[in-house]
Amino acid sequence: MKFAVIVFPGSNCDIDCYKAVEDTIGQPVDYVWHTATDLSAYDAILVPGGFSYGDYLRCGAIARFANVMSEVKKAAEQGKFILGICNGFQILTEAGLLPGALIRNTGLKFRCHQTQLEVVNNGTAFTNQYSQGEIINIPIAHGEGNYFCDDATLAELKANNQILFRYAGDTNPNGSVENIAGISNVGGNVVGMMPHPERAIDQLLGSEDGKRMFTSILNAWREQNGAAVNS
Amino acid sequence: MKATVYVTIKENVLDPQGTAVQGALHTMGFAEVGKVRIGKYLEVELNTNDRAEAEARLKEMCEKLLANTVVEDYRFELEG
Repeated sequence: MKFAVIVFPGSNCDIDCYKAVEDTIGQPVDYVWHTATDLSAYDAILVPGGFSYGDYLRCGAIARFANVMSEVKKAAEQGKFILGICNGFQILTEAGLLPGALIRNTGLKFRCHQTQLEVVNNGTAFTNQYSQGEIINIPIAHGEGNYFCDDATLAELKANNQILFRYAGDTNPNGSVENIAGISNVGGNVVGMMPHPERAIDQLLGSEDGKRMFTSILNAWREQNGAAVNS
Repeated sequence: MKATVYVTIKENVLDPQGTAVQGALHTMGFAEVGKVRIGKYLEVELNTNDRAEAEARLKEMCEKLLANTVVEDYRFELEG
């Protein structure tokens, strides 16, 4: 299974994502620059965190017009796995690949600490290695992670089981609607989340609960492509 | 021709910055301050004299890039 990590000017979690793929599932992974015009070689695309284009105008607003984004859209339509983390989540909402928007944290502060997440839907390609309702420990680092959507969109998210993660209990760090920390598209192949699973792959980093996101993706891909495949 | 574009946060969306500024103004003694909303102001120079065309193009710019219509409203004025 082949992974791409998209790199924009200002991305800063690209190396973490790359190493996470190597360390957790040992699959081939490439950095792909934002000018790329062909992603057909990849089975999964990671849109990493950071401050693409300096967060100018709005987080992700300019990155969504990068050349590579039309390829990311194409990959999404083909059902390939796409995971946007932090700024990557912001880019995917700006691009219209995920509903809603990420706005300024209600507390106005950049929040950088571990969070407890509840796995709300473990029936996806990204969460199948977790238990339903499990509480996992994954860090956040953002100033604009307050997920907002209108009531109609929220009702749809719920009806389609598109909410994958919520901040557990009363720990919501940013004011997001219904404690939402991560969502998927209707098809379930595009996911965006503010917390950083790629920063939680080793106890030395404070948690290894993020590992299973990567093993989930590999597991889902192998199921799609025949269980015996070892690539 | 010059366009002035205003991008504001939708009424039904919380504006944490505006709320913080409102609180600061109250603390400073400006008790008469009601709601404060913070938005963006953009000046865009356009190389055209065709007003109708400029309006249509600006609308497209706002919808595609300048505003995120999920959480923001926009309006613009044209002069020249």
